[in-house]
Amino acid sequence: MEDMIFYDRLQFAFTITFHYIFPQLTMGLSLLIVYYKWRFLKTNIVKYNNAAKFLMKIFAINFTMGVVTGIPMEFQFGTNWAKFSELTGSIIGQTLAMEGLFSFFLESTFLVLFIFGEKLMGQKLHFLTGFLVFLGSWASGYLILATNAWMQHPVGYEILENGKFVLENFSALFSNPWLLPAFLHNQIASLVTSSFVVASIGAFYILRNKNIEYGKLFLKTGVIFGLVSSLLLAFPTGDWNAKNVAKYQPASFAAMEGIFKTEEKGAEIVLIGQPDMVQKKLDNKIAVPNILSFLTYQEWDKQIPGMDQFKKEELPDNIPALYYSYHIMVGLGTIFMAIMGLAVFFLWRRRLFSMKPLLWVIMFLVPFPYIANLTGWYVAELGRQPYLVYGLLRTSEGVSPTVSSGNTLFTLLGFVALYMLLGLLFLVLVGKTIHHGPTPQKH
Amino acid sequence: MEVFWYIIIAIVLTIFFILDGYNFGTGIIHLFLAKTEKDKEIITKSAGLFWDFNEVWLVAGGGLLFMAFPTFYASVFSGFYLPLIIVLWLIIFRAIGLEFRSQFNYQMWKDIWDKSFGVSSLLLALFFGIALGNVVRGVNLGGIENGIAAFEGHYFFLPLWNSSFSPLSETPGVIDWFTIIIGLISVVTLAIHGANWIILKTNSSINNKLKSVIFKLNILLFILTVISLFVWQIVNPNSLDNFFDKPYLIVFPVIYFSGLFGLFFIKKLKKDIHGFILSTLVIFGGITSSLASLFPVILPSTHKQNESLTIYNTAAHEYGLSVALGWGIIGIILVIVYLITQNKLLSGKIDNMDYGH
Ligand code: HDD
Ligand code: HEM
Ligand code: HEM
Repeated sequence: MEDMIFYDRLQFAFTITFHYIFPQLTMGLSLLIVYYKWRFLKTNIVKYNNAAKFLMKIFAINFTMGVVTGIPMEFQFGTNWAKFSELTGSIIGQTLAMEGLFSFFLESTFLVLFIFGEKLMGQKLHFLTGFLVFLGSWASGYLILATNAWMQHPVGYEILENGKFVLENFSALFSNPWLLPAFLHNQIASLVTSSFVVASIGAFYILRNKNIEYGKLFLKTGVIFGLVSSLLLAFPTGDWNAKNVAKYQPASFAAMEGIFKTEEKGAEIVLIGQPDMVQKKLDNKIAVPNILSFLTYQEWDKQIPGMDQFKKEELPDNIPALYYSYHIMVGLGTIFMAIMGLAVFFLWRRRLFSMKPLLWVIMFLVPFPYIANLTGWYVAELGRQPYLVYGLLRTSEGVSPTVSSGNTLFTLLGFVALYMLLGLLFLVLVGKTIHHGPTPQKH
Repeated sequence: MEVFWYIIIAIVLTIFFILDGYNFGTGIIHLFLAKTEKDKEIITKSAGLFWDFNEVWLVAGGGLLFMAFPTFYASVFSGFYLPLIIVLWLIIFRAIGLEFRSQFNYQMWKDIWDKSFGVSSLLLALFFGIALGNVVRGVNLGGIENGIAAFEGHYFFLPLWNSSFSPLSETPGVIDWFTIIIGLISVVTLAIHGANWIILKTNSSINNKLKSVIFKLNILLFILTVISLFVWQIVNPNSLDNFFDKPYLIVFPVIYFSGLFGLFFIKKLKKDIHGFILSTLVIFGGITSSLASLFPVILPSTHKQNESLTIYNTAAHEYGLSVALGWGIIGIILVIVYLITQNKLLSGKIDNMDYGH
């Protein structure tokens, strides 16, 4: 039984991690494309239109990957988590089905029209199709987060005698206090990813001394959007999420902050340290007293329950992973603000385009927003453990009763192999597109 | 309420088979008949423009099924674990074959993705037929062997096949001689459908040849259909009961056969769209006839110990189903608007549209 759950979890974690690499770029990039298209409508400068169309090529490749890796996600609820699907389907099925009906159709219809329809439709309508693609992808993020928010903080449900969760209040799914902060934080994080990608392409062109005009445009847009979104990520949205975790999932809050012992008077904030699960303390700790209490409750002396306050069965089962994920996310977030702040400062002083070292840094920064995004999700998902539906349904109660671990291992290996291939193809194709550059083409 | 959602989901999934079906068929034709680079390119294009939109019908159908019949979703998806995951892999290969072929201008690169598109389309058509065959035949609910149940009564697990390949054994597999026949019907039907699509959307050099291919395939389809009607009686002796009880259900088989007979006149049809409509009727009639024969059962049990899954014993709770009605109707209206918009803007032959660059 134990290893059955293990492979199911591993497969889910692997496939969702891979899936999430793509939508985070889709959602942010669609906004930047709409932005360029809008600039073009206002100014009639062709550069903006070419920039939008160039980003659209990257978008299209990325989108394909998002779609093909997304379909297995939906099916896996049924294949690997059948018991969970049976018990909660009448609730999370609502938001998942709405996602199909309201967002995926929207995206897929208008994406084709955006790519092929510029001549057919004229500029205004073309802008509109681009906008609808953006709307579809954000709606998709919203509905998937509504699903996830229900699992993190269940609302509007009733439990029948046979253990089934049934919907009791539809609108509660959308007024869930978990949803809005998570949605905003997540969308802004995806804007971070895409701004960094665009800035990095810009830096690459400038450093290669190629497509300079576009290099400057991309770099400028990238760092400005990058700075604004990095700031918004920490405050107010990150802070707001942290408060929610403290309020609704205190055990996971203690674990992600690394508080082993409850302090009498106010909790310290840990900057560095390695959790030692045997002695139940942090090794090599650097911490600032009372800050955590202040950040969370605006009271220096407020007590925050540590892990010693919870039973073992209530605590997340992988505390070090949770702790590190959280600290990596927050650490990277801080670094992003610093680098983008610096870049915008030099942009303002008109020196950015000739600052080679900073350009190199920006170019190679690309993987890190992805890492921050993924670790952010690990915080959310590992923190929810040992529950699938927080406080109500344990992960061990959700797996498919009929699928053996041998079969899951087989399909897991298949996914790993297939996704390696996909990843390679993706890199080759995006690399080629970037290399080719946004040179105007006659259609 | 259950019946309403059943009909909606059946419609969504049937539309999926009609729309994505022409893509699978296009892949099959492409695999066997497209020879020149120009034909290959426009045939892939005629599928590639639309696959994503078509596939969303599957995603939406899956989501609606999850919402309205969660117990069925859970049981079937875990029970058909391996074939489903294999279908997912094939869908991935098909999609990247279509999307990535034109990204590089090397012959070898194109050949790889052509084969990937063609072979996965063929296998998908086969697997979807086999899936329908399994639903019609039924499964060993509860995993009963020698009177002992392995799982709760609404769960099961099917191996890909068992050594007898017989639909009548106590523990049938996914693939047996009955489901293979249904799988072949699906392959032939979708090949015809795909050929009609190519004729409709392109000016490929094989368009004329395709008409005689359709004619020949249609003979094969007719023979297979007759065989399947006989073996269906062996596998499930009650399969015609519903049609006797509710004679109006006969319209579905009638639709099937009118499409089938109409296709014999493929060479005489005035407009390309007519052929496509006829093969659409075949698909629509085939799926709806199978569902009508089972109704209200959605997954028969092959033994007496556990009752079959029906729309009533697998449905979600009343309240959820009725709120979903509200957003469901809005959603479906929107989707129809998209469908029309897209068809309007991308109507006609697609040969000269720029794709991939
Ligand atoms: C570029 C990515 C990125 C960056 C730099 C940050 N985050 Fe984040 N964070 C995410 C990307 C992300 C995410 C992937 O988008 C998550 C996962 C779930 C969600 O809604 O957003 C998330 C979740 C998430 C959670 C919720 C965990 C849970 O649900 O249990 C908290 C408390 C924070 N973040 C807090 C912060 C703080 C205080 C940051 C300070 C800089 C921060 N994040 C930077
Ligand atoms: C709506 C969005 C999501 C839903 C409904 C969801 C649901 C689930 C479910 C059912 C599991 C399996 C049970 C478990 O082990 O906890 C799981 C695990 C997991 N998910 Fe999510 N997930 C979502 C988004 C994400 C995203 C975007 C990521 C990361 C990129 C992610 C990362 C993980 C990981 C790493 C696990 C494994 C946790 C473990 O092994 O303990 N999830 N999630
Ligand atoms: C377990 C969780 C998830 C499931 C079941 C899932 C399901 C899917 C499916 C089926 C598709 C393909 C849609 C199509 O055919 O067009 C898709 C794509 C997409 N998903 Fe996910 N997804 C999950 C997690 C997420 C998360 C956490 C986000 C963002 C917050 C997200 C955002 C998107 C977006 C924007 C797309 C559009 C395609 C793309 O951008 O690459 N998904 N997803």
